[in-house]
Amino acid sequence: MTHTVNRRALLLEGTRDTVPMLVGAAPFGVIFGTLAIAAGLSSATAIGMSVLVFAGSSQFIGVSLIGAGTALPVLWLTTFVVNLRHALYSATLLPFARDWSLAWRWPLAFWLTDETFAVVEHRFRTKGAEGGQWYWLGSSLAMYGNWLLWTVVGVSLGQSLPGLANLGLDFAMGATFAAIVAPQLKRRPALGAAVAAGVVAMLGRGLPYKLDLMLAALAGVLSGLLLEQWAKRKEPSA
Amino acid sequence: MNHWLAIIGMMLLTVLIRASFLVFGQRLAFPDWLNRALHYVPPAVLSALVVPMALAPSGTVDISLHNAYLPGIIVAALVAWKSGKTLLAIVISFAVYGLWRWGLLPG
Repeated sequence: MTHTVNRRALLLEGTRDTVPMLVGAAPFGVIFGTLAIAAGLSSATAIGMSVLVFAGSSQFIGVSLIGAGTALPVLWLTTFVVNLRHALYSATLLPFARDWSLAWRWPLAFWLTDETFAVVEHRFRTKGAEGGQWYWLGSSLAMYGNWLLWTVVGVSLGQSLPGLANLGLDFAMGATFAAIVAPQLKRRPALGAAVAAGVVAMLGRGLPYKLDLMLAALAGVLSGLLLEQWAKRKEPSA
Repeated sequence: MNHWLAIIGMMLLTVLIRASFLVFGQRLAFPDWLNRALHYVPPAVLSALVVPMALAPSGTVDISLHNAYLPGIIVAALVAWKSGKTLLAIVISFAVYGLWRWGLLPG
């Protein structure tokens, strides 16, 4: 009896703590749905992507690559590269989830977004992870339902206004990416990574299979690492 | 391209990465250099997508007043950088883009 109450309380607590994240994610769900239609996806595949992939930034990039007719291996490689940061979340939360059954760990892993990671990690670190799978589930279901709802809204918007793409909706993609990336560039190595990637992307425009994107990503990551190394070496003498 | 095939592949990769440590546990360990490299993946990939969109929206380099993408995307980046508010940055950049394209340069 106490356990049932406890579970429900934890589920609700996880949901409640995630509400601010829902507000932030909603417009991106709408923009994603609209852009997916503009990029030539059917409403079923657009919604299907939100149901099955459930990863905002790789969905945005995926849709823009699909719209550009990118080859599948490059699309998948890009998804892999963009999502690699989630392995860090997975590693960070493992100590709390070690003893939970696989029937818990698989679905919770599927739902592990940036937002749920932020909420759950904070809760576990400050208050412990006792019964935390219910808390995590509450956060996950809230994010998932929210994302699906706003994707559907965006898809119907994209379908009822088919001229949206010509109105410069592809601009929305560029503006969204720019707004996401800019705050990450306050540290010099990250800025260097962005500049190197941008330059290589410009030079490599038109390479087959979107290889330009892969080369640019590689150049950016290497520049970031080198600048970080260089800054470290300068530090002790300063 | 088969869109469903594309999506299934994206799903498998995403869930495997998220499950990596949670499901396959301690057997996995990233070397330190890989952990550090991962921090630069998002800025690198996003910039590689954004810069050509801003400088060459229709495929050829266009640094002129007729390219409304350029001021719009610069504004998006500046507002987000200053305020940290992604959505605010997007809304303001839409306004700049719209004004530039349909207000300043009619026809």
